[in-house]
Amino acid sequence: MPTLEIHDLHVSVETKEGPKPILRGVDLTIDSGQTHAIMGPNGSGKSTLAYSLAGHPKYQITQGTVTLDGEDLLAMTVDERARAGLFLAMQYPVEVPGVSVSNFLRTAKTAIDGEAPKLRHWVKDVKVAMEQLRMDNAFAERSVNEGFSGGEKKRHEILQLELLKPKFAVLDETDSGLDVDALRVVSEGVNRVKESTDAGILLITHYTRILRYIKPDFVHVFVGGRIAEEGGPELADRLEDEGYDRYLEGAGAATV
Amino acid sequence: MTTASTTEFTAASADEAAAFGDEGPQGIVTDHSRATADGAHTHGVGGKPQGSRAERLTSFDLADIPVPSGREEEWRFSPVARLTPLFDEDLAGSGVITTVVDAPEVEVEIVARDDERVGTAGRPGDRAAVVAWHAAKEATLVTVPEGATASEVTSIRVEGTSSDATAAHVVLHARPNSKAVIVLDHVGTATLTQTVEVVVDEGADLTVVSVQDWDAGAVHASSHRARIGKDAKLKHVVVTFGGDVVRVTPDAEFTAEGGEVEMVGLYFADTDQHQEHRLFVDHAVPACKSRVTYKGALQGEGAHTVWVGDVLIRAAAEATDTYELNRNLVLTDGARADSVPNLEIETGEIEGAGHASATGRFDDEQLFYLQARGIPEVDARRLVVRGFFAELIHEIGVPEVEERLLASIESELAKSMSVIEGTA
Repeated sequence: MPTLEIHDLHVSVETKEGPKPILRGVDLTIDSGQTHAIMGPNGSGKSTLAYSLAGHPKYQITQGTVTLDGEDLLAMTVDERARAGLFLAMQYPVEVPGVSVSNFLRTAKTAIDGEAPKLRHWVKDVKVAMEQLRMDNAFAERSVNEGFSGGEKKRHEILQLELLKPKFAVLDETDSGLDVDALRVVSEGVNRVKESTDAGILLITHYTRILRYIKPDFVHVFVGGRIAEEGGPELADRLEDEGYDRYLEGAGAATV
Repeated sequence: MTTASTTEFTAASADEAAAFGDEGPQGIVTDHSRATADGAHTHGVGGKPQGSRAERLTSFDLADIPVPSGREEEWRFSPVARLTPLFDEDLAGSGVITTVVDAPEVEVEIVARDDERVGTAGRPGDRAAVVAWHAAKEATLVTVPEGATASEVTSIRVEGTSSDATAAHVVLHARPNSKAVIVLDHVGTATLTQTVEVVVDEGADLTVVSVQDWDAGAVHASSHRARIGKDAKLKHVVVTFGGDVVRVTPDAEFTAEGGEVEMVGLYFADTDQHQEHRLFVDHAVPACKSRVTYKGALQGEGAHTVWVGDVLIRAAAEATDTYELNRNLVLTDGARADSVPNLEIETGEIEGAGHASATGRFDDEQLFYLQARGIPEVDARRLVVRGFFAELIHEIGVPEVEERLLASIESELAKSMSVIEGTA
């Protein structure tokens, strides 16, 4: 059974004043089929974890290991990680002018699978997935993320998740900037992926509201670049009532 | 609102997003915000200050336009030493063969230079152009008859056969209410100075595509001079891929109201190639429209592109609507893109006027996004570059040309990918 295993991960980001440590020893193991929520206040390093797993060049791994199916993820290039089965739904998807969504999706699918998808099935798969995410047909001919609203960008990320069928998906604040309807549509998409592919999900969020739609098996509270507390879904309920203050008081001095 | 003012903007760098449609109180938009300055992008400072473009000397007389030193405004970006053979008074060479495959409705003649239909569009504006006028004793004249609509593309192939300096002259004349597409192809190797006259009569609709796809070693200076009549429309497309030095100077002049010109350019410069495009749109009469969009990519040590876009809105040219854009994508280190838009406005009574120029390197965030979807770096770069040119290519509106361009871009990309992969 595929496992994403993060062990003692330390990550720094380059600044004018020199490297600044962000992650300070993250341990996390996700089995396929599981949904883990990472919750934490702004600046706690949640997005750094997401981008470090995907291999963004801005982040330097200074210590620790990450393996996917036992393979060393950190030794792989960005595209190799994706082909190994890791997907990152980004908080701020990037515009690619002149490249249509349909061309982009087909190119990505071909790269992930190692062969071009069978045209007839592919066209139907894309159409069905777009309908389920309440995306207009005309969307396929628009340039990737160019002029998309916040909600359209997030739907487009989940559309890719549904079509590329990764082993593990990291969703980086996919709920931010979504109204209630869009949040429900996007959450339904994630749940379809969970049911149909048995993917492991790492759901990064600041707020608990997405957890009403996507039920986590485990909740991790992220503070000051490491996991401060772990528990089941009930931990999310407690965070909703109490907020993050309890953790910040303890960790405040260390994070500034 | 009627105050006549002269505003000259030299060497601005701006983003196109905000520049058009958001008109200021006088309907003039020149967005200079978000200027980007990196090593691969000049702001045109440091040269001699330029007077009004209207003051630039033009003449059919060789004696009026001396051999340039390279310090003149119109030559300051050019490798003048490489172009020197094209400045001689007597160009004896007969180094190009011109072949025309015409649409059935179109007439083709070879005429003497003193034919009254030759020399009606503009006047030579630099030394290479005035030499071209003198040295070419004959012109290839392509006429689209009045009211005719050409059913096929007319193709003019200019093939270089030697490196002896030579001159050529082409006249493309769309008579009233005619419609045609004419493609000029430049292939082989040559040292050529050329005149391309484009005359678009009242109500005519002409598309001219000039493709510079020379072999290595070619040196080419080309003066395109267009005259656009009442309610006439010209789409002028310049595509430059090959040759060592290519310098194209398209001038467009409106002679009556209602004229429209769309100037589109696409270039791709490799190691040690110099590709220069200098445009001048002269709004001398009211109610004409111009759109200029040039995009270029550069790769390799010593690749150099120059884009200069001069637009002059004269005092009489009320209700002018103009916008020009240049964008450059620098793919590797060691390449240099110069981009200089100049807008002179002598009347405030216009519909709109704007320009934008941006030169950038490869966007690492785009690459990351595409790679994070499993797409290997090389393919991701291809996607981005294809995307950069895609809209522009679709604007050309001539399917044969579009397909060829896409193929040419693919072969250019194959070169840059070998640089990136280290297999060059």
